[in-house]
Amino acid sequence: MVHLEWSIVTENLPYLAKGLMLSLGLCVLSAILGGAVLGTLLAVLRFSEYPWLRRTVESYVNLMRATPFLMVMFWFYFLVPLLLKTLLGPDSVASIDAFYSALIAFALFEAAYFSEIIRAGIQAVPVGQVNAARALGLTVFQRYRWIILPQAFKKMTPVLLTQCIILFQDTAVVYIVGLPDFLGTIKRIAERDGRMVEGYLFAAVVYFLISFLASKAVDRLKTGRVE
Amino acid sequence: MALDFSFLMTETSVGDGRRYVDWLLQGLGWTLLISISAWCIALVLGVVMGIFRTLPSKLARALGTVYVEVFRNIPLLLQLFLWFYVLPELLPERWGEWLKKDLNASVTWTNFFSEYIFSSIGLGFYTAARVAEQFRAGIQSIPMGQTLAAQSLGLTLFQRYRLLLIPQAARIAWPVLTSECLTVFKNSSLAMTIGLLELTGQTRQISDYTFRTFEVFLVSTLLYIFVSLVVTFIMRSLEHKMMRS
Repeated sequence: MVHLEWSIVTENLPYLAKGLMLSLGLCVLSAILGGAVLGTLLAVLRFSEYPWLRRTVESYVNLMRATPFLMVMFWFYFLVPLLLKTLLGPDSVASIDAFYSALIAFALFEAAYFSEIIRAGIQAVPVGQVNAARALGLTVFQRYRWIILPQAFKKMTPVLLTQCIILFQDTAVVYIVGLPDFLGTIKRIAERDGRMVEGYLFAAVVYFLISFLASKAVDRLKTGRVE
Repeated sequence: MALDFSFLMTETSVGDGRRYVDWLLQGLGWTLLISISAWCIALVLGVVMGIFRTLPSKLARALGTVYVEVFRNIPLLLQLFLWFYVLPELLPERWGEWLKKDLNASVTWTNFFSEYIFSSIGLGFYTAARVAEQFRAGIQSIPMGQTLAAQSLGLTLFQRYRLLLIPQAARIAWPVLTSECLTVFKNSSLAMTIGLLELTGQTRQISDYTFRTFEVFLVSTLLYIFVSLVVTFIMRSLEHKMMRS
């Protein structure tokens, strides 16, 4: 067996903490912006009365679900600066901080998955509710805002939270574009000091604890609802 | 902005006598190879673990639960790193050295054999955890009456699973397994992080060499979409066959 030295962890805690903050920040921001906001919008648009709108959203969701996230992230990381250069002229100094291109990529990518979950939730709302809302003369916006969406979200909360946990795990990938997230920081330190075993094992434990405890909390939420 | 796809047919600047489109197709080949290998591992291991979680034996259930929780809660990327970088160090020295040097030398058709093996194993084990959960849900959704009827007919545990629970669970879980198959295919892109140039990694490399970023990314994305459609089509037609049987 090999002799493990954990000093690489203890000596570099500030950097690791910063990396973890970045990972969590990326996760939370894209879950809110991409998941909640954009995802809800996409889900609602799937029920629009205009076929072209429905089909556009459907194509978008299918596109995001058929492509690996790594590919989507590269699209935004390499191509957005190129696009800006073409729009603003070749002499412009257009660059986007890697964090924002990763955030945009995440938000747009996860929005597709969240929209599928929310769509299922909307479809699970009893038709009677929708009809009653119509009969009461509520506008489409009011119908969604007060009747449909609250019920849809309540039903899908465990699934949505689980998707957030998956999102957190997916953030590990952003180190590839140079972002110092948790895994990226560990990788850099481990490779610099040659202590890959300790570094990656530590990272595995941290990710495991966060994801495991979070999923147990979601389970508790689920069973707490059964009255 | 003019799109120029002709670069694909030009010879690479590296001078290996191949064209960029050959690089791209080789990447696609690795993607398919890793995906299929990992999916085979995932199906076998996943079904076994899913069954374990429903067995009466406490030990089996614990084993299944530990497996699923461990492999589900660690990001796939980190799992690949653990397999590729950490495992050879933790094994006895002789095995570790063999994994690091001789595994690659043992085949002649590629220099990336150990990357391929570890990618497939890592992706397979990760996906197996998800398949296990889906299969377990399938088994548990079979009405209790079936189990009771099987017991009253005197079927052994083994017979009950083999003749009754597994076939039905497979049919129930099939649509979810289809989407899981697609997920495997997409996750194969992570193999590029341990140096295996599958489709995404190859795309990036071609983009670095030719600066035709938009064109090559477009082609690769279309390839991913195309394979997704083919896989979905195959799984759906198999589903129809199963429904009719």
